[in-house]
Amino acid sequence: MKTLRTTALAALTAGAMLGQAQADTVTVGMITTLSGGGAGLGVDVRDGFLLALEMADAHDINLVVEDDAQRPELAVQIAERMIQSERADILTGIIWSNLAMAVVPSTVAQDIFYISPNAGPSALAGANCHPNYFNAAWQNDMLHEAAGQHANVLGYENTFIMAPNYPAGTDALTGFKRYFEGELAGELFTQVGQTDYAAEIAQIRASGADSIFIFLPGGMGISFMRQFEQSGVDLPIVSAGFSFDQDVLPAMGSAALGVINTSQWSPDLENAANEAFVAAFQDAYGRLPSLYASQGFDTANLILSALSSADVADKDGFRDALRAADFASVRGDFSFAPNHHPVQTVYVREVVEVEGVLTNRIIGTAFEEHRDVHGENCTM
Amino acid sequence: MSLALVLEQLLNGVQFGLMLFLMSAGLTLVFGVMGLINLAHGSLYMIGAFLCAAVAGATGNFWLGLMAGIAAAAAAGALIEMIVIRRLYARDHLDQVLATFALILILSEGVRMVFGPFPLYLNVPDSLRGTVSLGVVDYSLYRLALIGFGLAVAVGLWALIAKTRLGIQIRAGSTDREMIAALGVNIRALYTIVFALGAALAGLAGALVGAIQSVQVGMGEPVLIVAFVVIVIGGIGSIKGAMVGALLVGVIDTMGRFLLPRIFATFMDTSQAMGVGAALASMLIYLLMALVLIFRPKGLFPAHG
Repeated sequence: MKTLRTTALAALTAGAMLGQAQADTVTVGMITTLSGGGAGLGVDVRDGFLLALEMADAHDINLVVEDDAQRPELAVQIAERMIQSERADILTGIIWSNLAMAVVPSTVAQDIFYISPNAGPSALAGANCHPNYFNAAWQNDMLHEAAGQHANVLGYENTFIMAPNYPAGTDALTGFKRYFEGELAGELFTQVGQTDYAAEIAQIRASGADSIFIFLPGGMGISFMRQFEQSGVDLPIVSAGFSFDQDVLPAMGSAALGVINTSQWSPDLENAANEAFVAAFQDAYGRLPSLYASQGFDTANLILSALSSADVADKDGFRDALRAADFASVRGDFSFAPNHHPVQTVYVREVVEVEGVLTNRIIGTAFEEHRDVHGENCTM
Repeated sequence: MSLALVLEQLLNGVQFGLMLFLMSAGLTLVFGVMGLINLAHGSLYMIGAFLCAAVAGATGNFWLGLMAGIAAAAAAGALIEMIVIRRLYARDHLDQVLATFALILILSEGVRMVFGPFPLYLNVPDSLRGTVSLGVVDYSLYRLALIGFGLAVAVGLWALIAKTRLGIQIRAGSTDREMIAALGVNIRALYTIVFALGAALAGLAGALVGAIQSVQVGMGEPVLIVAFVVIVIGGIGSIKGAMVGALLVGVIDTMGRFLLPRIFATFMDTSQAMGVGAALASMLIYLLMALVLIFRPKGLFPAHG
């Protein structure tokens, strides 16, 4: 399952018969995590992306998907191969910020477009921003800023904060602290992929905190919540949606019920694009989409919208078409700030159980038309 | 920093160490008796956890799941030994590493095909939920039970090796395999049994830990790396060494994660101290391993003199 091509046979044969080979197809290279502990995130981005292509009946896109196994050096190799031998016009797909930092700068420097469906490290939004780099999801800090803001609303005054020690983890704590007005009962960095949180939970217990903020995506969040539930520490948790979405909720079980988290998207968001997306995703894959799936879906639609008005070979025209973001995002209003990162609403959600399935429900809004702070340092 | 917190962290360290012991006991036994480096040991841990989650999910009974997990891991171990491992005994360690690494990839993809890419749900049994008061500290009942399980398995393993006929054969096999084959012991069957026993211990650890961690593809590899550190520290092939090594690694890793950031915070900015402390804490067990290798190149309890 390493390489997956969705080129429609019909389009190819027709093209070949007209003697124009693949002149009209656009090659999109997707480097994402499909194996190991982080596979759930990559699978959802890929499935969301594929669904968008299918719903748009897009036959002129040649999508090449490769697994990076969450390893930066592998991601770099795949990117080189996609650019050199697959002649990819656009790259996308990376989940993890450390991999994005390894791949994106050299990709965009080769005049290839990179459109991020997930990772949004602060470095790429600020001083290292690039005309060929677009982020269709968020800048890393954004949802955490919203969590900090909402912790104020909830009246938390002494919060214990924790994240893994990698670029997105530091962005998370920085983002939370940027808006949180209370005291910090403690601040901890854990290891990426850590599975046991006993030492951290003991410190939370001893810290006298009135609440907890965590950023633990994928399996890390499951381990933490499971152990937290058994520890007898009874404190409210506020978090960004990454740690409490459809990829992990079924495995977390009741431990996650009632957790407040922030996201730019939610399955119950009321707009036509989202209703169609959630229904089609459930139809196609037999499960609820996660925010990662919504981002994959939006990324594909962003690319499709740009392709419909400009040729990818015309770099400036295509860039302008991307910047226009003329597509119906499942998150509702969406536009790009000058640094090519989203300007969007961030919602507050609560984990609820609907007909025996754990999911999220919107309970409020943290920010409207929110943009990241790093854009000030971006000069392009 | 209160006494209760230090005591709780010590218990956490001991509990982590005992789960590591379950992993490293199988690893060291297989190496000691058969001279085989088995990188796929972590995959057996994963199989134990997945089967436990699947059966517990279907029946609603954790203990049935636990037994299924152990049985599945043991069966997978026996099968792997007969199909693949048996051909590797006469070869050098590099071939063994290559073949067992291939097994990791095959088993991981196999589990993904059967169970899908998303983590499974496995919760602790109702009877072991909540906390129990230990005087100064309320401690998770399940973690306390894990300590009990670990100790019981350690005693059982000691009794098996020191007191039974199978144990005599295992000890003899690790000292001189030609001689015990000449004495009429069916060495092929013995190897299969030892490998299955090691696999069952890994499956047990996976199922027990799976209830408080994420049951996901690839969950065995991080534990496997630490288990290798444990057996290098303890002395490869020695069960006693595995026990001491596991407890050392468990306690030092937990206390390091807890204390180092605090120590750095006394003379650094808090955020910076947390980052540096966390980074250094993650290296601590490897530093310990390096130290042990400098002063005791064969580990603390060398199995072969």
